[in-house]
Amino acid sequence: MNVERGVNVERDWRGLLFVAPFLSLYSLILIFPLVRGIWLSLHRVDLFGGGQFVGLGNYVRLANDPVFATSLGNTFLVTLMIVPVLTMLALLLALALNNAGRGAAAVRGIFFSSAVLSVTIVTLIWRFVLAPDAGLLGEAWQAAGWQPLAFLSDPDLVLPAIAVTTIWWSLGLPMLLFLAGLQQIPGDMYEAAALDNASRWRTFRRITVPSLRRTIVLVVMLQTAAQLQIFGQAQLLTGGGPSGASRTAVLFLFETAFGRWELGYASAAAEVLFLIILGVTLTQYWATGRASGGQGGR
Amino acid sequence: MPSLELSNVRKAYGETLVLDDVSLTMEAKEFVAFLGPSGSGKSTLLRIIAGLETADAGEVRLEGERIDGLPPGRRGVAMVFQHYALYPHMTVRENMAFGLRNAKVPKDEIERRVAEAARVLEIEAQLDKKPGQMSGGQRQRVAIGRAIVKNPKLFLLDEPLSNLDAALRMRTRVELAQLRQRVDAALIMVTHDQAEAMTLADRIVVMNDRRIQQVGPPMEIYARPANAFVARFVGSPAMTLAPAALVAGEGGFARVRLGDGAEVETRVRREGLPAGGLLQLGLRPEMVAVAAPGAGTTDAKVELLERLGERTLVYGVLADGLEVIAQDVGDSRLQVGDKVGLKMDGAAAHLFGPDGAAFHSEARA
Repeated sequence: MNVERGVNVERDWRGLLFVAPFLSLYSLILIFPLVRGIWLSLHRVDLFGGGQFVGLGNYVRLANDPVFATSLGNTFLVTLMIVPVLTMLALLLALALNNAGRGAAAVRGIFFSSAVLSVTIVTLIWRFVLAPDAGLLGEAWQAAGWQPLAFLSDPDLVLPAIAVTTIWWSLGLPMLLFLAGLQQIPGDMYEAAALDNASRWRTFRRITVPSLRRTIVLVVMLQTAAQLQIFGQAQLLTGGGPSGASRTAVLFLFETAFGRWELGYASAAAEVLFLIILGVTLTQYWATGRASGGQGGR
Repeated sequence: MPSLELSNVRKAYGETLVLDDVSLTMEAKEFVAFLGPSGSGKSTLLRIIAGLETADAGEVRLEGERIDGLPPGRRGVAMVFQHYALYPHMTVRENMAFGLRNAKVPKDEIERRVAEAARVLEIEAQLDKKPGQMSGGQRQRVAIGRAIVKNPKLFLLDEPLSNLDAALRMRTRVELAQLRQRVDAALIMVTHDQAEAMTLADRIVVMNDRRIQQVGPPMEIYARPANAFVARFVGSPAMTLAPAALVAGEGGFARVRLGDGAEVETRVRREGLPAGGLLQLGLRPEMVAVAAPGAGTTDAKVELLERLGERTLVYGVLADGLEVIAQDVGDSRLQVGDKVGLKMDGAAAHLFGPDGAAFHSEARA
């Protein structure tokens, strides 16, 4: 539905005044740091300021840094563990809670409540759950007669443990988005499906999922971009250990910038991560945007 | 064999009763319209037949088989929804085939039926479009096509014309009339538009206030309304109901006096009328003609004129303030404010008792 509009409107500079307050703030806190970050990444900068131009030196160093490579690998791995499970769980919860009952409203609130906690609280809670000697899971394992698992010190278990923590923490928002999406589906479509003799599964596959397509894409894109920047959980639960097995890309940035004060090198890593997230998000957008073309009103 | 049989269907939402002991029997291939104002229970009744609501009591049978316990998809009914309820992400072809696929109809049979329905409804060129790319009228056809391909025993149409503009509504009305010739099934249409009901249906079920008020062929509903509600609801403009007192006297037929003192001799039998109590004289516009002042049954002042082309509706006010709608020729010279005589055709008029019950003229029997 493209409505042609008259385009002969005179350009009027006074319009700019309306956006100026936002634009200046936006420039100050977003555009300037972005440009400054790029500038920093091309210099060797330390705590004492100054800095010496090194061109792409920092980037070359990054490409040959095995610690950075491992941290990127960890980040991708944990994102892959989180996003599909989180999306599916949130959708299932939304489906289960998508009714008007008072009970459902209360349960919705309970499931959303974890989202309002800060990462500090979340990791504190999960420390109690995951700790092998006195934690909830440890006790359960022991009660069952098994050796408790060292979730936070076993290199093979530490990323799944961070993933579970993150899923528990992040479930609220995707669930709400899916609930909002479900409310948008007109009820008479389900009635038409009932008259069309569609089973529950077929109704879900052919009516609900296609109608939620945009929400699913949104949730996957938002969560991918968010989880590629995962930081607090790794920092607070494990500090990146054991021996870097849970060091994520942002944790690497943090350590480089505020541990070793190599601001230029950290900025270069940040730029690389930024480009990766941009690339992944655009690829997702492009792949799903093509498939859902031609979808309009009813 | 009768098509649909409803017996003593009752439905309440919490404390609110919406259908009270509704019974109805439809003939095979009959086209029935449920006509009534909003909240009369007509849509609820349709949804109970479709299986989208469950009745609290009563039975629903279709061609002899009891269906009120069956899920909607297994009842042998197809429904055209008011807002069409097409699946937006499926093409027209998939929309029509969806129900058949679910019913495990063989693929070539599905294709045959979809192609046939598309041909009949003239939407062959749109088969690969999605509903969002189509106009309202085309979507309406797709919705009808989706119902046709199922070969149902009963079609349910929920306000099928209400979403169309005036010109398209007239055309679609004609097409619906043609459609019912082609399909080998009974049809029920819910509407609040009496013109749709009158022009399309074999029989009209007038509903109001949770109950069926009258069931009958359109002309019978129009000519012999069962009560004051039906008389007012069917016919446009609505019938004038004038408070009237029975004049004592001899003779077999009732004579009544209106509020302004004018008397009208009806052809309604005097016996059987409720003794005492105020009656209402029912006059359709075509029963009241315009005459010179003093030459009619009574006099009135013209308050409003509606020139419809072939006739003119004259809204007159009697001396006691009662509004009476009369009919005059298309090129009537009357002006608002004119004083006119109104000639009431008492032989055709109806009488209604204090409880709304109708008493009809023998002249029209």
